[in-house]
Amino acid sequence: MSAQKELDQQDTSSPVPTDEQPVQILDKDGNVRPNATVPDLSDEELVSMYEDIKLARRFDQRAISFQRQGRIATYAPMTGQEGAQVATSYALNDQDWLFPTYREHAAKYVHGVRLASLLKPLRGIREGYAVPDGVNVMPEYIPIATQVPQAMGMAWGHKLQEKTDRAVLCHLGDGATSEGDFHEGLNFAGVFDVPAVFVCNNNQWAISVPRERQTASETIAQKAQAYGIESVRVDGLDPLAVYQVTNEALNKAKNPARDERRPTLIEAVLYRYGAHTTADDPSVYRDGDEADEWKEKDPVDRLQKYLYKEGILDERLEAELDDRIEAKISDAIAEAERAEADPNQIFEYVYDEMPDRLREQQEELNALREKYGDEPFNGVLE
Amino acid sequence: MSSTTAPDAESPIDQLNLVEAVCDGLYTEMSQNEDVVVLGEDVGKNGGVFRATDGLYEVFGDGRVIDTPLAEAGIVGSAIGLALSGLRPVAEMQFMGFIYPAFDQLVSHAARLRSRSHGQYTVPMVVRAPYGGGIHAPEHHSESKEAFFAHEPGLKVVCPSTPYDAKGLLIASLRDPDPVIFLEPKLIYRAFKEAVPTGSYEVPLSDASVRREGSDISVYTWGAMTRPTLIAADNLADEHGVDAEVVDLRTLSPLDTETIVESFKKTGRAAVVHEAPKTAGLGAEVSSTIQEEALLYQEAPIKRITGFDAPVPLHGVEDYYLPQAVRIQEGILETVGF
Ligand SMILES: Cc1ncc(C[n+]2csc(CCOP(=O)(O)OP(=O)(O)O)c2C)c(N)n1
Repeated sequence: MSAQKELDQQDTSSPVPTDEQPVQILDKDGNVRPNATVPDLSDEELVSMYEDIKLARRFDQRAISFQRQGRIATYAPMTGQEGAQVATSYALNDQDWLFPTYREHAAKYVHGVRLASLLKPLRGIREGYAVPDGVNVMPEYIPIATQVPQAMGMAWGHKLQEKTDRAVLCHLGDGATSEGDFHEGLNFAGVFDVPAVFVCNNNQWAISVPRERQTASETIAQKAQAYGIESVRVDGLDPLAVYQVTNEALNKAKNPARDERRPTLIEAVLYRYGAHTTADDPSVYRDGDEADEWKEKDPVDRLQKYLYKEGILDERLEAELDDRIEAKISDAIAEAERAEADPNQIFEYVYDEMPDRLREQQEELNALREKYGDEPFNGVLE
Repeated sequence: MSSTTAPDAESPIDQLNLVEAVCDGLYTEMSQNEDVVVLGEDVGKNGGVFRATDGLYEVFGDGRVIDTPLAEAGIVGSAIGLALSGLRPVAEMQFMGFIYPAFDQLVSHAARLRSRSHGQYTVPMVVRAPYGGGIHAPEHHSESKEAFFAHEPGLKVVCPSTPYDAKGLLIASLRDPDPVIFLEPKLIYRAFKEAVPTGSYEVPLSDASVRREGSDISVYTWGAMTRPTLIAADNLADEHGVDAEVVDLRTLSPLDTETIVESFKKTGRAAVVHEAPKTAGLGAEVSSTIQEEALLYQEAPIKRITGFDAPVPLHGVEDYYLPQAVRIQEGILETVGF
């Protein structure tokens, strides 16, 4: 059964999710499913979560259009995945750590990375990777699955040092589950029983390769069984459900009951609506209507409907949110566009202390710039 | 299977860029040898993220153009097994920066199954990887770590700088009895076109190519750096009357030491240009080879003009990292003026 059908079927069938069926709290029309309980979030928190999910979508639109205008380089869109990104980070406390991929822009933002910092690396400026003091976010991981054993290791370190107030949350894609690093990381996590939560954002595709070509397992969640850790499948387009399962997994990681294991693999069943990156063209490999079915369960629409029904949101408040979102994003863009890269940054931070040989290389470059100006350094082939 | 070395004089010609020539090389050899199979991430329906396998899936089907799970160790390890079974696998690493999970398979096994089995088993396979900087790609997409592989006995390392060579070297690699790492300089994937014969031909894996004759200094380079080096050589001839010989190594391992040394004996001076970091880069190997074989011809210290000993930066300052014509010119002038 396709993941899409599974979610549909769930909307009407048994109210209690089975192990295999993704956990859902809101149906696609924003109604609370029979027997489901809404997580304990205040109205303000719910509105703020909604605002951040909307902001993520708007950020995505602006970033894609900026890439087309040549103002930023290759960008990995997140539309369709914003609900899961925001909700997982809402479940984090400040002392928890986040290991994001290149697509987790909103997850980073919610955990404390500034919007302008998300944009700077896209303009080729590394300083955007620097996080403010006290913000526990690693730079995005581009080589696939390499973050998994590292996240496990940090969680292990916290356990060994008895820092019991913190867990590590590690994002990955469905493609990442094929790499050796994924298996080694999860295996260690089970063996050493570490406070880590691994969130697989199963968006059904790894560039052009569909989930079925990635693994013959029925679900990604079930892989956890082989490592002796727990797993849960969740409807990744339902932000409340994602928040709830992540929150439970984080609490368990920090404070397991007697016979409970700390680590959890969460499979968020969702969909990448658009291209893998701005350098990719999904029409080459996937059927045109596929996205439309998923869009019926869109996380922004779903949460919006719920909030209206509950009387938490109205048009006036929504307009206020929209204005604030536009302003935040515009400010971030303006700040990022003011930032300039200095060639001396090439040599910075390679070592704690710059080796003489590297310093000589830096001096050589600067002497050439002095002599010829910066013009000859634009493009290698001219 | 025909295996002409030189292209047939009558062979029709296409104007191709480098990535089209790679694709054409795969197509040409796959048409003639049904043992050749292509495998990797996104090589099938998508035709490769750089379109290097464009159209092959439609022609040869999913039994010979195979999208694999996202796992480089799996791709290269299974390619070794495919080769042992009698097939001729061509494994694509999407970018050289992602080859490291497969490093163990390459250096511990592909490189030495022949010697480990005392010649009984061999691994004729090709691992293709786009490499190098200059296209404003994200982090980890711009590395040039050819030295890692050239350091490993048993592997051949090939790096074309023109479309014609790309096709001929690839076909030669696909027919080579040893494992070949085929590095494709993605900066020049689409930079220019040239005449490429439509039929089958080989550019041997044993020969460097003298791209420009000169008498004052030998400048050794390969891949994407060949272009700025040639530009620098032309500028130097025009502006300073310096006549540089430019040698494109093409095969980085095993090195064509004969051509390297012969050129040096003629000019008595040398520079090596590469975009990889200087420390322990291949420039050191070329330079030592010259010292060992032709010390008495040497008139000046050998200059290395290279990437810096720092990670390839994000694209905001990437163009400062790669050797530019001006850096190459300065380096050459320094050597000639010694
Ligand atoms: C080790 C490695 N191999 C290949 C790549 C190239 N690549 C970048 S993203 C990607 C697909 C990843 O798919 P998935 O893990 O499902 O995450 P998604 O992009 O769908 O969020 C590939 C093959 C890479 N970044 N790292």
